[in-house]
Amino acid sequence: MHSVFEQVLTGLSIGSILLLVALGLSIIYGTIGVINLAHGEFIMLGAYAAWALKTFAGLSLLPGLVLIFLGVGLFGWLVERIMLRRLYQRPLDTILATWGIGVVLQQVVRLIAGGDLRYVELPPSMAGSVSILGVEIAAYRIFIFVIAALLFLITWSIMNRTTFGLKLRAVVQDHNVASCFGINADQIHSLTFAYGAGLAGLAGAIVSPLKSVSPEMGTGYVVDAFMVVVLGGVQSLVGTVISAFALGEVTGMIAFLQNDTIAKAIVLILIISVIRFRPQGLFVAKVRA
Amino acid sequence: MKLTRRRFLQASAAGGAFLIGTPHIWSKNSDLAWAAGGDIKVGVLFSLTGTTAIIEESLNKATILAIEEINAAGGINGMKIVPVIEDPASDPATFAEKARKLVAGDKCVSVFGSYTSASRKAVLPVVEKQNNLYWYPTLYEGRECSKNVVYTGAVPNQQQDEFIPWLIKNFGKKFSMIGSNYIYPKEENNYCRKLLAKYGAEVVNEEYVPLGHSEFSSVINKFRQQQPNVIFSTVVGDSVVALHRQYKAAGLDPAKMPMASLTTSENEIAAMGGEAAAGHFTSAPYFEVYKSPENEKFVAAYKKRWGADKVTHFVSEACYFQTYMFKQAVEKIGKGDITPNTIREAVKGVEMIAPQGKVRLDRENLHTWLWPKIAQAKSNGQFEIIVQANDWLKPDPYAAYPTQVCTEKGLVEKKS
Repeated sequence: MHSVFEQVLTGLSIGSILLLVALGLSIIYGTIGVINLAHGEFIMLGAYAAWALKTFAGLSLLPGLVLIFLGVGLFGWLVERIMLRRLYQRPLDTILATWGIGVVLQQVVRLIAGGDLRYVELPPSMAGSVSILGVEIAAYRIFIFVIAALLFLITWSIMNRTTFGLKLRAVVQDHNVASCFGINADQIHSLTFAYGAGLAGLAGAIVSPLKSVSPEMGTGYVVDAFMVVVLGGVQSLVGTVISAFALGEVTGMIAFLQNDTIAKAIVLILIISVIRFRPQGLFVAKVRA
Repeated sequence: MKLTRRRFLQASAAGGAFLIGTPHIWSKNSDLAWAAGGDIKVGVLFSLTGTTAIIEESLNKATILAIEEINAAGGINGMKIVPVIEDPASDPATFAEKARKLVAGDKCVSVFGSYTSASRKAVLPVVEKQNNLYWYPTLYEGRECSKNVVYTGAVPNQQQDEFIPWLIKNFGKKFSMIGSNYIYPKEENNYCRKLLAKYGAEVVNEEYVPLGHSEFSSVINKFRQQQPNVIFSTVVGDSVVALHRQYKAAGLDPAKMPMASLTTSENEIAAMGGEAAAGHFTSAPYFEVYKSPENEKFVAAYKKRWGADKVTHFVSEACYFQTYMFKQAVEKIGKGDITPNTIREAVKGVEMIAPQGKVRLDRENLHTWLWPKIAQAKSNGQFEIIVQANDWLKPDPYAAYPTQVCTEKGLVEKKS
């Protein structure tokens, strides 16, 4: 019983990391419809920003988070303004363009920060582990869980409880009609993209104390993020959450019973089977057709 | 002109024939081509981009440093070493392609290169076919006996023969094995299991994570549950960083359950931070803190050339001394006789004082006699050497396969 509970907590922890890295992608993919292959590199930028703030400005991780969110968000905003905006009518080209941005970012970071692996210090207050009902779990993993939950709530509220969210949903439903009603769709798009990019940056900064920081780190995350979003259903935030935690639990459980290599393979097979029979993902936002 | 399938095949066949034909036309001409105009061309083949660039960059730097030192001190019999640097981009197929270019195109007389076994295996057919010489500095899994490779890194017996009994004596008999999922960790664990059986120790778990894996929470749960005395780790690359950082965050104690690694060097520790590495053990022939006049010289020169924040480690040390081994071998050969073949003959049995101590290239299997050491990582990012072997250790690339032995003539099956 004890080890089952321990494994459930581990699954929640893996799930919260998945949710964190997938949230930004889910927003961008679900609303603007852009398949952002540079998502992993936005995550990488966030991790490097955390490292740079600490190394050059002496700012530790937690107070730096706001700056990182704004910084990567601003970068995303520029990318949308300068480039993606011109490609909305050509979805295939956006894939190529965002992939290209990713490659450029990797090499730019390598040139500026060097190819060495970096690391971000764990906040000292969360360095130890805490005991929940007799199960030891790293304090920092609990922090990640809380942050992921908070970010989801904030995002959900923005989408469903603000005027901006209302306009965004209107643009998603019908771009032209929304424009006729006086909504500045272009502005909505760039802000949404910036928000998604900012979330990716935050995710990178937050996971960096547990993982390694390198120019190539984004490649792995973008795959994870896509798995979550595709499984959860493209336009559904709630779907993203449920699929992130489901994947976390399944991965953790199989990894514990077998090993991580098999877990990875089985999870991929499961996802492929699910989207074979439900191409739209597990959850579908109800849209009037 | 339309590019039909047939025309494409014709063109590539002709091109291929030309590429293969070229070196033979030239080598008949004269051996002087190998050291044309008083220059000795060597290839330097370490990735400067891609996933393993993180470590291979330092190998490139150590090799270049040695070449620059040799040239500054007058070269080899008055000839300069000219490095031809290629970037194989961490991709085995590109390794093979660039090796072919260095050997057949640039007429390099030797190539220094590779970090991963996958890239060495990719280059192997090229250097064997062209009968060139490949200098491989990395510790690796053994079980190879090529006449076209000079191996200057440790093989399993040189890292484990001292290490395993020492771990059993100091921590206990319950071992858990964790490695990255490819050939190197599997072969090391295979040898480790034999040693453990010999000393009556047990393996409670053996598992492999995908390369580049970074989520170790389930693995750490297993450590917690099984409580092994020693975690024998052959995890490589950025996974090492994630494993150590998550081990630390989970609040496990290295004093009770240390990780014993064959792959964690100063380079990996710099990447994970000293705090996360402190208390764990590594077995290797070289550590930056090792006290010897040669090492002090090497470390000072390396930092002066590449930056004070750079570290040396057991693979970059091998890069450095193997270049000097190359020099010693070529020195023995007359100017007109320099070919990969004569270098191979000349390097057999070469001895020199490397930063780690006196090393020798084994006559039979072209591997290197090295000095095993056991060290514990400190929070300042350096190691503290705890055990030093009393004697250098003969390399035995087939230690785990007692019926096979690597000789000068090639691999021989022993009748048991």
